[in-house]
Amino acid sequence: MEITWYVIVCFMLVMYIVLDGFDFGAGIIHLLFAKTDEEKKQVMRAIGPFWDGNEVWLVATGGVLFAAFPTLYASAFSGFYLPLIFILWLFIFRALGIEFTYLINHELWIKPWQKGFGISSLLLALFFGIAFGNIIRGVNLGGVENGIAQFKHQYSFFTPLWDSSFSPFAERPGVIDWFTLTIGLVAVLTLIIHGAYWIILKTEGDFVKNLQSKILPLWIALLVFILISLFAFMAMKSFNKELFAQHPSAYLLPFMALLGFIGMLLFAKSNKHWLGFTSSTLFIISGIGSAVTAMFPVVLPSTNSQVPSLTIYNTSSETYGLQVGLVWWVIAFVLILVYFTYVHRVYKGKLTEKHDHH
Amino acid sequence: MEDALLYSRLQFAFTITYHYLFPQLTMGLALIIVIYKGLYLKTNQLIFNDSAKFWAKIFAVNFGMGVVTGLPMEFQFGTNWAQFSERTGNIIGQTLAMEGMFSFFLESSFLGLFLFGEKLLGKKLHFMTAFLIFVGSWASGYLIIATHSWMQNPVGHEILANGKFVLKNFSDLFSNPWLLPSFFHNQMASMVTTSFVIGGTGAFYLLVKKHRQYGMLFLKTAIITGVISTLSVAFPTGDLLAQQVAKSQPITLAAMEGLFDAEEGAPIVLIGQPNMTTQRLDNKIEVPKLLSFLTYQRWNAEIKGLNDFPREEWPTNIPGLYYSYHIMVGLGTIFIGIMLLGIWYLWRKKLEVKRWFLWVLLFAMPFPYIANTAGWYTSELGRQPYLVYGLFKTADGVSENVSAGNSLFTLLGFVGLYLVLGFIMLILVGKIVHKGPETTLKNT
Repeated sequence: MEITWYVIVCFMLVMYIVLDGFDFGAGIIHLLFAKTDEEKKQVMRAIGPFWDGNEVWLVATGGVLFAAFPTLYASAFSGFYLPLIFILWLFIFRALGIEFTYLINHELWIKPWQKGFGISSLLLALFFGIAFGNIIRGVNLGGVENGIAQFKHQYSFFTPLWDSSFSPFAERPGVIDWFTLTIGLVAVLTLIIHGAYWIILKTEGDFVKNLQSKILPLWIALLVFILISLFAFMAMKSFNKELFAQHPSAYLLPFMALLGFIGMLLFAKSNKHWLGFTSSTLFIISGIGSAVTAMFPVVLPSTNSQVPSLTIYNTSSETYGLQVGLVWWVIAFVLILVYFTYVHRVYKGKLTEKHDHH
Repeated sequence: MEDALLYSRLQFAFTITYHYLFPQLTMGLALIIVIYKGLYLKTNQLIFNDSAKFWAKIFAVNFGMGVVTGLPMEFQFGTNWAQFSERTGNIIGQTLAMEGMFSFFLESSFLGLFLFGEKLLGKKLHFMTAFLIFVGSWASGYLIIATHSWMQNPVGHEILANGKFVLKNFSDLFSNPWLLPSFFHNQMASMVTTSFVIGGTGAFYLLVKKHRQYGMLFLKTAIITGVISTLSVAFPTGDLLAQQVAKSQPITLAAMEGLFDAEEGAPIVLIGQPNMTTQRLDNKIEVPKLLSFLTYQRWNAEIKGLNDFPREEWPTNIPGLYYSYHIMVGLGTIFIGIMLLGIWYLWRKKLEVKRWFLWVLLFAMPFPYIANTAGWYTSELGRQPYLVYGLFKTADGVSENVSAGNSLFTLLGFVGLYLVLGFIMLILVGKIVHKGPETTLKNT
């Protein structure tokens, strides 16, 4: 039952990252590459009908995490207090940047909202990457200092924004260290490419060609950061080597990630636009899949030796709650599939000016 | 620790109060929009479609604000109330997750189609999207109130040795006697806000002599829904809820009414100030025996007073609770008066000439927001000092690892950010109202 729910939570999280990921990517492209007002509108058009629905995946994932793994929810949300509140504030700016930009047709109104949308997308992608890096690296559970836990509960921890050593191998690492920052940059670059493929898929014109030519340099930079983070991860104690030895089929995930990664470069100039987007999607799904599999069953590693890591078993709800939860979750999920198919059918194909909201 | 608790409480109170300014209008507007779209479908009169479109714009701004201020609510259970989340996530996690899975997906999937897809969809499907948004928003309210009801009147659970609350019976969460009275009371209160907002806007258009036909339609709509909702907020929904409070939280009822000592034939106090030192109400004006009658349907029934209960069980802020309750009830009574007068003028076709009444409607607009907020404060202050009534104290729920400095910083951040958002939102709504409905009628 715990494993089922863990798969559900991971599935929803990955859905969120794939779906809202292209919105973040589009936001960064909007900030960095879209120069003219027409290009900016084109970016907004590609995500306009979808972003709100995509963001709901995060809210729903949060809710499901709360119901299925309350201890993990309580631990991670309170421990990463400040970074999470910053993320909330950024979300507010991003949402308003998308919805309010064109409500008043004046340069002084439009410009700040456009920048707000772009900058908050960039920071959100970076912060989400950093957050994921923290979960892989682990935290000082129980707030252990000199071998003594400072907190009443073992799941409690406090992570400063950074620690002077800036190293992921410190006893009490900060939220930002060179490893988590690298993962943050991996997230930013991946999502730019992912977002670019979405815009290429959903719109047309010169800007699309421009984006296609940007993919190669982005991909090379991404490769560098991925290699750094991979070597660092191999050295971490959260990396469960035995799992891969016992279940060789687990190698399928990193292999698929590799395929997706190659596809992200290979299909940059292809006329079959869906191939590029499929590749970046495959890379995100199997990349995250590989990481969580490599840590299984740990969900939040402990960096000290006194307090055990949080796993799916010591953070989950009781069986009865998980069972009834599964019933309504499946019903809701079928409904969601119906809405999702319907909305994407109405907006299928290339989006042109007649689909503009404002 | 004391400070951290206070700041976390203030932050939750501030962010939820601000957040709820938006759903109380959007839930009501969703219903009004469905009604307008339905009337358009049936009668083919363009005025209904224009009005639906106009209110959809205001709905969209408010809905957006509701979404962005709602996200912090879900996060705060974990960030500021980790011990509470850890011990009760088994139960309240269920209803909160259901809200995400059932309502938010429904609303967000169809909102874009509803706001911008009229041409793509055609008449009937467009009506359907409006209807689905209505269902989604009310379901969201229902699931939140199911969560709230469990905290007020915990049912269907078992407490383990380690202090965790574990779900024993899922359907108990939804057959909680607290749930339906609260839900309908809340939804009717949301209709009161909506009626006054629509009515105020209609009155504004008649006063400035613009968009006359729309102004009249808005006034009519507002007064009809207003009469129904202002009355049903009090009776039966408010009355049923009060009886439920009497049953499961008699101390809260005593504090709400400012009743220190038990009384047979207890009065309802209209005005008066609770004096905590002398333990009585100063300067009171009361209606004798009414409280006993309303609670137990007997004029001389005994109502327990605060002194019948141990001091540590008393709500922590009795004056706050008393005033919140009385502000809610007082305003609610005034709302009934305004709406009854309105329906009289509507019937006599005198609405347009009674300009003073239009002014009243215009300036009444903010007050339902105050009444709704006061109502929620009554409920929340009444539950103190508990998070889960009788079982789990608020002080035990706060995150132990979030320092007072951190929570004060984020509290101030939220206050500043929301202040700016408030300005922006008022500018936008002002702009929409100023522009008025885009008419497709021929002779206006």
